[in-house]
Amino acid sequence: MEYPNRKWTMVVDLDKCNGCSACVVACHAENNVPIVTEKQVGRGRSIHWIRIERYWEGKYPNIRVRFLPILCQQCKSAPCEPVCPVYASVHSDRENMNLQIYNRCVGTRFCQHNDPYKVRFFNFFDPVFEEPLNQQLNPDVTVRTAGIIEKCTFCLQRIRRAEEQALVEGSSFLQAKVLPACVQTCPTGALVFGDLNVSDSEVARLCGSPRRFRLLEHLGTEPNVYYLKGGETNVNE
Amino acid sequence: MSTSELDRPIWAPEDIKDEELARQEKHLREKHLLLDPRFPPEANRYMLDPMYRTTREFWILFVILGGMVMIFMTTWGIQMYWGLGLTGLNRPVMWALYIVNLVYFIGVGHAGTFISAALRALKIEWRRPISRAAELVTVFALMVAALFPLVHLGRSWKFYWLVPYPNARQLWPSFHSPLMWDMMAIFTYLSGSILFAYLGMLPDLAMIRDHSEGWRHRLYAILSLGWRGTEKEWSNQETALNIFSYVIIPVMFSVHTVVSWDFAMSLQPGWHSSIFGPYFVAGALFSGVGAVIMTLIVLRRFMHLDYFLRAEHFNGMGMFLLLLSLTWDYFYFNDYIVSWYGNEPVEKVFSHILTSGWAAPLWFLMLFCNAILPALTLWSRKVRTTPSALFLVAFFVQIGMYLERYLIVPFTLGFNEFPYSWGVYIPQVPESLITVCSFGLVAFMYVVITRLIPVVPLWEVYEGQVLHGLKRMGRALIKTKAEPD
Repeated sequence: MEYPNRKWTMVVDLDKCNGCSACVVACHAENNVPIVTEKQVGRGRSIHWIRIERYWEGKYPNIRVRFLPILCQQCKSAPCEPVCPVYASVHSDRENMNLQIYNRCVGTRFCQHNDPYKVRFFNFFDPVFEEPLNQQLNPDVTVRTAGIIEKCTFCLQRIRRAEEQALVEGSSFLQAKVLPACVQTCPTGALVFGDLNVSDSEVARLCGSPRRFRLLEHLGTEPNVYYLKGGETNVNE
Repeated sequence: MSTSELDRPIWAPEDIKDEELARQEKHLREKHLLLDPRFPPEANRYMLDPMYRTTREFWILFVILGGMVMIFMTTWGIQMYWGLGLTGLNRPVMWALYIVNLVYFIGVGHAGTFISAALRALKIEWRRPISRAAELVTVFALMVAALFPLVHLGRSWKFYWLVPYPNARQLWPSFHSPLMWDMMAIFTYLSGSILFAYLGMLPDLAMIRDHSEGWRHRLYAILSLGWRGTEKEWSNQETALNIFSYVIIPVMFSVHTVVSWDFAMSLQPGWHSSIFGPYFVAGALFSGVGAVIMTLIVLRRFMHLDYFLRAEHFNGMGMFLLLLSLTWDYFYFNDYIVSWYGNEPVEKVFSHILTSGWAAPLWFLMLFCNAILPALTLWSRKVRTTPSALFLVAFFVQIGMYLERYLIVPFTLGFNEFPYSWGVYIPQVPESLITVCSFGLVAFMYVVITRLIPVVPLWEVYEGQVLHGLKRMGRALIKTKAEPD
């Protein structure tokens, strides 16, 4: 059976994001993302495949805050890929995504600092999943060990499952509904996910918006995550 | 020229009747090693005696440095067991002290081959007694430098995955990665430097073979590869050394350029600069020549090599250090002013923190050590020829160059396009211990090798002494040099 190339894309509507961080929690649960201790977070070693960056503007009490959800931008021309000496950071033309092969990684961390979005995370220690967290590890996702880099996969395991499901049902998997954990959880619908190659998809429609932009576009990384420019958000409101 | 004059061996003093000429001759002899030949067995002993004897000082040093090597290995083991979390690394600053050490030690490794090969190619004669000591600095500094990428790896025990070898995974390493180029450049330079040093060592090893007994005799019989000193052997060695000198100079330039590409090829603001290649080479030579000067002064002091290492050598090396300091100033100014004028938001933050922020003490100390101090002191011949003063200047140069690399690597990495991900790196105990003990590791290998091979290439000195002579012009004696045909 022929497998058409996909162009998995996420659209983040900044007008809708209220910074609730439900996506962060959902991602942790879905992808076995290690939860590091408070002390380690203080030392700048937190691991969140998706995070909400908060930027404050103005002086108290007239503070405005902007929320910027940042996850791996799945660049078409990803700076993290060529610098890896062991092909742990590779491009998949099939999914049009950037993949991290955990068991190939030796931990040079070159990809991390060549990544302008800082969305690649290093495991400084072996992850600890305390009771009862160890009971809810996702069997579809590898638990990473110390010394390697990990990052967002657009919930590749869910993409696979949806496609296999479509195959079993005999329906077109181009129409298969795929929801990464963060998108599924987002209460305001700020995150939208789909295949940009499917012309009638929601992401294709949103990408036509004049509010559309991509992060650090001047670097030429061609991200597959699009943002829709938000208006003014005021925490006092 | 009479027959008796031709029969006179070069070490026999010339019989000068004229008092004024005799005074001039004595002065020139004291000044220039190459005009001061001694009876070869006697001169050999100047070098071999400290090699054969292991004094109490030697054993104290051996134990201290050996202890540092043990601490290095133990700390590395502990770090491998628990993970890199023991270090001060954090999310934006993923490369820190280990990479600083890598760059620093490769830099130190630069001067040896440069002094030996480039000065040989340029036929600069004062290099003769210092070339081997410099080559050994290169070899050991490079060995330790090559260790640091492994210490730095998240999974050090998988280091061989970076080596191209046929494997069950059917994967070659990625040659897109500057790290691969870096590794290949280091190993090319390391193997080239070892061969170059060894080739120049053969006649001396054979000399020790002929002047030793017991295990030494057996060891040097193997090491000297059957050198007998025939004319053919000498001419082959000369040709090989000349070819090596010319081939290894471009390798030397490429090595630090490639190391700089680890930074310059990335997207990190502050690193993405096209001047990094020559700038790193200049910096490497600068710190390397400083390190060679320090090594020579220590060797001279503890191995009593006053006969071989004289004021003229320190004078030459001091001038060289000054020249390299000015070269470094030029490149640093270039790098700094372009990014300052460019006024990019992140680079504005850099210049602000360097000139008036928390990093200002480090930055000004760096400028003082690298630019101001050498410029103020090395103009003076007196400073250049006083070993303790020159040692101090060279030591400050090491501090300055280490700081320079520190400001390039962990400081710069703390800042990127998104202020949300900014961070500051503070070194913790494990990497500080490993860093301090890596100097011990270099010194340990050097101390051991001083008992095994002559650190002064005796044959090169004798060759120079054969080629140099005095010629009388009226009432003056002048130094002359003959070219071997």
